[in-house]
Amino acid sequence: MSRAAIRYWATRAAVGWLIILAAQIAWMSMADGDRPLRIAGIVATVVLGAAHATIMPQWRYRVHRWEISPAAVYTQSGWFKQEWRIAPISRIQTVDSQRGPLEQLFRLANVTVTTASAAGPIKVEGLDRDTARHLVGELTASAQATAGDAT
Amino acid sequence: MSVPEEAGWRRLSARMLVIHPFQEVVRAAPALIGLLFAGSSGGGGGHLWSLGAVAVVVLLGMLRWFTTTYRVTPEHVQVRKGLLHRKVVTVPRDRVRTVDVTSNILHRVFGLARVEVGTGRSDRKRGGELRLDALTAAEAAGLRVELLHRRDAGATASPVLSSASPGAAEFPGAAAAVGTGGEETELAVLRPSWIAFGPFTLSGLVAVGVIAGFVSRLASEGNVDLRKLGPVRHSWDWLGAQSPALAVATVVVVLALFVGLASTIGYLLAFWGFRLTRHTGGTLHVTRGLVTTRATTIEERRMRGVELSEPLLLRAVRGARVIAITTGLRVGQGAQRGGSMLLPPAPRAAAEAVARTVLRGAPEPSPVTAPLRSHGRAALRRRFTRALGVHALIVAIFFIPWEWSDLAAWPWLTAVAVLPLTAVIAADRYRGLGHAIASGHLVSRWGSLVRRRVALECDGVIGWTVERSFFQRRAGLVTLTATTAAGRQGYAVQDVELPEALRLATQGSPGLLDPFLVPAPGTAPGAVSAGPAPAAPLGQG
Repeated sequence: MSRAAIRYWATRAAVGWLIILAAQIAWMSMADGDRPLRIAGIVATVVLGAAHATIMPQWRYRVHRWEISPAAVYTQSGWFKQEWRIAPISRIQTVDSQRGPLEQLFRLANVTVTTASAAGPIKVEGLDRDTARHLVGELTASAQATAGDAT
Repeated sequence: MSVPEEAGWRRLSARMLVIHPFQEVVRAAPALIGLLFAGSSGGGGGHLWSLGAVAVVVLLGMLRWFTTTYRVTPEHVQVRKGLLHRKVVTVPRDRVRTVDVTSNILHRVFGLARVEVGTGRSDRKRGGELRLDALTAAEAAGLRVELLHRRDAGATASPVLSSASPGAAEFPGAAAAVGTGGEETELAVLRPSWIAFGPFTLSGLVAVGVIAGFVSRLASEGNVDLRKLGPVRHSWDWLGAQSPALAVATVVVVLALFVGLASTIGYLLAFWGFRLTRHTGGTLHVTRGLVTTRATTIEERRMRGVELSEPLLLRAVRGARVIAITTGLRVGQGAQRGGSMLLPPAPRAAAEAVARTVLRGAPEPSPVTAPLRSHGRAALRRRFTRALGVHALIVAIFFIPWEWSDLAAWPWLTAVAVLPLTAVIAADRYRGLGHAIASGHLVSRWGSLVRRRVALECDGVIGWTVERSFFQRRAGLVTLTATTAAGRQGYAVQDVELPEALRLATQGSPGLLDPFLVPAPGTAPGAVSAGPAPAAPLGQG
């Protein structure tokens, strides 16, 4: 993972919480009544959001790993709920690389490897662009080298 | 009858020109009936427009006969369709995994059948499917043989394949034999005694729901006051006169009888004439249905395993059903499970026998009956904490409003009273958990309300996923999922200890995990390396 991923995850989480916060503030300013309860709600949102946006990225960064060997792709992801995924290179169907607007801001990219199983896409998040490009190239090359219809 | 055009393009049956208006009118029936009422009250020419719309739909549907053609070449199956937006769907023949032949009552009156060709695609986006609605029954049977028993057929006469079908049409029964020269072995047929399992399938609940929905719509839209109807009012009054307990008991019994009856009828409709056969050409063939007949052919090469499933009620009477795990057939909903049903609800012993025969490649011990390794004490604890935790939450939800406001006390009292039931379910869920690797198959069993035992061929496993929630990590457990292109796409072994999960995955896909595993130092359970492996120059922390 690129270290920029930490900032990316934090920003992504913060944006989500800010939307909730904005909705709460809008609601409080528009309708009146029961102010203390709503202020308590806003405080709770701020505390939870701050905790999430600071702890989650660090936790994720410690968990997230990826590796490719000549035979397989392996990733480790998640934070509270963690996931390890492994798929043989010979079963790869497509390799996509995506950059969302936020990811572009932090000069990051992610790579998604899909197999014939709808349950098994493998996503490598938070790579810097060059690494992502290399990874896609390497995976495509090794996937092409194997025969069969990969089901 | 098909008229061979240029290069073997064939048409659908011309009888569809007759059926199609029927179908459209039936489909438009609610609108037409509404039209009758609206026309009589509102007047005006509005209903003429609606009739015109129906006519246009019918016309467009009939045009479909002129625009749709198909052909089978030695390499491909192609369907051309569309009026303004012409489209050619081409599927390589070696990608054809299943052929599904369905005829509903109208089709049957005219001797037709709809053919659907299943390919390995796991997603069903609209428009890409290969569906021919409809061919004559004989053509459909011929096409099925052509598509799936191609090795035999190809050996006899591959260039004239497409012209073989019209000839065979005159002898529908002989079509299968002519095409392949193979023979069928019967694996299972519906026994009349199996119908006794009908009431325990609960498929009748759907019927009850549909009827309830229909009645409520009738009541609200038609402004019918149900209480004014004689029989309804009488029974309502009678119920009111009884004690509450008796009234509830009566309603429950009547409902149970009705659901049981409807489920039995559903069973008969879906599985009458059920027959499972194996063809020497390498396919399994399932025929069933009383009014709408359905015949599914599954290429055995594409089968990745079987699932033995026992819903709670069916389990109580020692029944089970068998579902095929096949690439190209996704496990669907409904009594027929999207066509992958290999055996309708039947005695467990019969289901096991069929599952065993279907997995004939597997030596003893058969994955269907092999003993399973149960999951440890931690899994047992987790079943109880989860079940009781959810239960406690529900009790709290009812308890807090009672404490703070004036909600009745009985909801939370009832919730507390059914606590033993939750404990029983938790214990049963634990008893259900089990896994093994037997004769090249990954076997997993789980569930209480629907207990499933899945035997998945290890060769069909595409990858592995290990999931560990925070609580699972504390208990040292993981959920191991084998992903596959067949059936449900992923089959899980729930709450198994990490070393055991890694053992299963390494046995299931030998060598796949090795580069990522480091020998466990001492007793540390986390045996997966986190650092960059020498084999992966790109891997980084």
